[in-house]
Amino acid sequence: MQKIGVFVCWCGSNIAATVDVKAVAEALKDEAGVVFSTDYQYMCSENGQAMIRQAIKDYGLTGIVVCSCSPRMHEATFRKTAVSAGLNPYMVEIANIREQCSWIHKDMAEGTEKAIVLARAAVAKLHRNAPLTAGTSPVTKRALVIGGGIAGIQTALDVADAGFEVDIVEKSPTIGGRMAQLDKTFPTLDCSACILTPKMVEAAQHEKINIISYAELESLSGFVGNFTATIRKKARYIDEDKCSGCGVCTEKCPSRKGLDDFNMRLNKRGAVYIPFAQAIPNVAVIDADQCIHFRTGKCGLCQKNCSAGAIDFEQKDQLIERQYGAIVVATGFKPIDASQFNEYAYNDSPDVVTSLEFERIMNAAGPTKGQLVRPSDLEHPHEIVFIQCVGSRCSEDAEKGKPYCSKICCMYTAKHAMLVREKYPDVNVHVFYIDARTPGKNFDEFYRRAVEQYGVDYIKGMVGKVSVEGKKLHVQGSDLLNGEQVHINADMVVLATAIEPDPTARSLGTMLTASMDTNDFFTEAHPKLRPVESPTAGVFLSGVAQGPKDIPETVAQAGAAAAKVIGLLAKNELTCNACVAHANEAVCNGCSQCERVCPYGAITYEDREIRTPEFRGVRRIATVNEAVCQGCGACTVTCPSGAMDLKGFTNRQIMSEVDAICR
Amino acid sequence: MTYGYYPGCTLKTKAKELDVYGRLAAQKLGILLEEPENWQCCGGVYPQGEDEIATKLSSVRTLAAAKEKGQDLVTLCSACHHVLKRVNLDMKNNETIRQRANNYLKLDTPYGGETEVIHYLELLRDKVGFDNLKNAVVKPLKDLRIAPYYGCLLLRPGKEMGFDDPEDPTVMEDFIRALGATPVKYSQRNECCGGYVTLENKDAAKRRASTVASSAADAGADLLITACPLCLYNLEANAGPSALPVKYFTELLAEALGVKEEL
Amino acid sequence: MSLTNKVTAEDILRISGVDASRCMQCGKCSGACPNYDEMDYHPHQFAAMVRKGKITELMESKALYQCLSCFACSQRCPRGVEPAKLIEAVRLSVIRQKGKNYMTADALPEKLDEKIPQQALVSAMRKYSK
Repeated sequence: MQKIGVFVCWCGSNIAATVDVKAVAEALKDEAGVVFSTDYQYMCSENGQAMIRQAIKDYGLTGIVVCSCSPRMHEATFRKTAVSAGLNPYMVEIANIREQCSWIHKDMAEGTEKAIVLARAAVAKLHRNAPLTAGTSPVTKRALVIGGGIAGIQTALDVADAGFEVDIVEKSPTIGGRMAQLDKTFPTLDCSACILTPKMVEAAQHEKINIISYAELESLSGFVGNFTATIRKKARYIDEDKCSGCGVCTEKCPSRKGLDDFNMRLNKRGAVYIPFAQAIPNVAVIDADQCIHFRTGKCGLCQKNCSAGAIDFEQKDQLIERQYGAIVVATGFKPIDASQFNEYAYNDSPDVVTSLEFERIMNAAGPTKGQLVRPSDLEHPHEIVFIQCVGSRCSEDAEKGKPYCSKICCMYTAKHAMLVREKYPDVNVHVFYIDARTPGKNFDEFYRRAVEQYGVDYIKGMVGKVSVEGKKLHVQGSDLLNGEQVHINADMVVLATAIEPDPTARSLGTMLTASMDTNDFFTEAHPKLRPVESPTAGVFLSGVAQGPKDIPETVAQAGAAAAKVIGLLAKNELTCNACVAHANEAVCNGCSQCERVCPYGAITYEDREIRTPEFRGVRRIATVNEAVCQGCGACTVTCPSGAMDLKGFTNRQIMSEVDAICR
Repeated sequence: MTYGYYPGCTLKTKAKELDVYGRLAAQKLGILLEEPENWQCCGGVYPQGEDEIATKLSSVRTLAAAKEKGQDLVTLCSACHHVLKRVNLDMKNNETIRQRANNYLKLDTPYGGETEVIHYLELLRDKVGFDNLKNAVVKPLKDLRIAPYYGCLLLRPGKEMGFDDPEDPTVMEDFIRALGATPVKYSQRNECCGGYVTLENKDAAKRRASTVASSAADAGADLLITACPLCLYNLEANAGPSALPVKYFTELLAEALGVKEEL
Repeated sequence: MSLTNKVTAEDILRISGVDASRCMQCGKCSGACPNYDEMDYHPHQFAAMVRKGKITELMESKALYQCLSCFACSQRCPRGVEPAKLIEAVRLSVIRQKGKNYMTADALPEKLDEKIPQQALVSAMRKYSK
């Protein structure tokens, strides 16, 4: 018989306001095996923990039930407390009477009744608990960073500087990401390329960093400290080792129909191309869909002109398999598709552009060499309208758009407006906005400067319709502060489109078993206290993949993710989860169903000699690799014979809880 | 193919072209349109009030009659289509309206939005197919630059009407191409012509109508087509000096299919 | 204007089925409205004023009869508020009052011309009278 202590926490008023904690402690005294029951204001405080330690000693407790917050919050805390008083950590049960009780109830009587039931269930389970011991597993001292934008580059640099090897897998032909496409950065207006490209070079030259460009993660297995990744390196039809990046092939290529993704498809490029001058690796790539050789078997001009002999039309995709201890998701974002917003005439006129397109137009290396001209006729514009919140802040059930604020648009729009006025004082600039959201160091000052010093016309209200009328764009919108509908005949309209996670994020999330929110942003392990970790152990988050953020925030998060990675890779071994699956060999019939559902590949089969009163002989039995098993329990519910059980959550333990609740 | 067909009040009087040419063309395309007996006027505007029941009943009767015959219901007039489609959705999705309407009507079996309401243009696009329509054309309308006027009621609210992209529709342009003519894209094609206030505020209706017509004219159109009798009236009568000829889309359809008769 | 029955914000919300608290006052509805200049109160104000309970002002508004029922406001609202339904709910609350029909059949003949379609008359009666 267990000797059980029950400790009911008030959590200040969080629990005590809705649950009569004294009544709970009192009621639990009557439960079988309970020899001590009490309540306290903050059980997680040093005093509270001391009270638990003292009770374990005074009453010789064999197990404790703490009625408090979610086990995700303080299970680890109380397990440590138990260990320090000489108990096995798995002899601790948490009854969650906060998140699952006091926070969701209003009525004290109801809340109290439910808290008592939850506590009884925990006591009933504890009667069936057995001490468990966790094993250990080694750590592969290499990190995989998925995505080579500023987030991935920064994380990789920080991890590599600590002495660990890092592979960056980048799906496009060059690292640099979205930041490489930006012209200037707010609020300092320094040139984006000027601060990014040295970092790209540093990453490329770092002896611990290996850049795998034009590649994507194909599959992943394993677990924290021991991941095995298969990476598909796509054929670029160029030998990376031979190509010197001289660019002769790109000049000789007669195909001119491909759209230049780096310039937001505003201009055409050859079938063989280098995305931009500072690309890393500085190696060309052939777009097979556009290449005349691939389409007709003829041409081959690039091959004839390449003095390095780097063109390889026979090149195939290559699969690379490597081990990693940690994985960092840095997959970034893309602007949403503006074609759904034709009330702003995006489909009707080339002079309606997105902000990222505008960024390329303003950039000296862009399609217009930095000259601000209308895409339709290359004329100098005189009137430009910026529209903010295009597709941001829409209701969940809206036909289109995202429910969140994209966070960066207010600032980059102020930047665009200011840059236009600075360079072309003859151009009138209007900005339609709902709220100017500028929290951040020197951000509001920046926005005010656009208004006060640069004379940007900020109009509080949204645009309802943009009509193409001849060469002009008729913009009709609300001026809420002046109580009128305004009409502006503009030459260009710039849409601050919402940003969304890169489309590859969803499948990557599935591959990593890393949870995501409904918008496909990766979810952090705790929104405040573990903001750079995924709930999946060994998977870390960097940059916009986790949620909208600007460059300084991205770099800060990238560094934070790196610190977590370093903390993990610095360990030689990891303590495994003690709550792992286990097959009862007397019952297992070797049907393989558990093996098929195991997401971690932890289950194998072996022929084992069985000697039971009913059976003597060799039988195929499921075996769990305890270092790999994460205790998810999928096998236990799949097993048709009931042979699989999860330590710490055995079927008997769960049924005891259910019985206690239904009593 | 046999469909129920709801003409609505105006198609029997002022908008005979919309109705007659629509039927002739359908016949040519092998589609039988059956008019239910004793249909009633839909009321011309969708009653948006959650507690408006009586004003929805005439539509429900028509919809229930189509269900009895096991037919989808084809509409032509934009306003009728709008009203029937939205009342039908209410009967399907709004428990209170469904219950109250059925209480009034006392049908043999309660009506729950089972009938599918299809606009004639949707019929051409989704059931006939514009490629097949193109093949059926005997007299292509070459050299004609046509501005499609969608107006409001076919498109909005997009979530309920499900007709086309409400901000960038293409069905009428595709229809015009199938007839061998050239569609003219212009910005006011899905903006209101102001028809509903033609009795209340003639000046406002005139301003809207002339904005729509001049937008189409500036884009180089020879004529406008529409599916709405009120739009046609308003664009003809109130557009002022910028007025263009306005025709029902069915008239051009009948012409291209070689079945147009003078009315 | 004297009203027989007092109409509250709750009445308007119930009749319209609209959740006005979802409005973020971005003004896209009023930016989209093709008849803005004919109105004294505009679509976004209907959402704001219903929330503040200013129903009497709205019931006296001439905007009730200038709305084109084109649904541009409802279509383009990023929050799914449907201002057109609010306007209609206020208009219904007026014309349902005794003697408050805005247009009666007697007034029609002088407004008619040769070509005006039935649709115009039917819809005017639906919108402006009970």
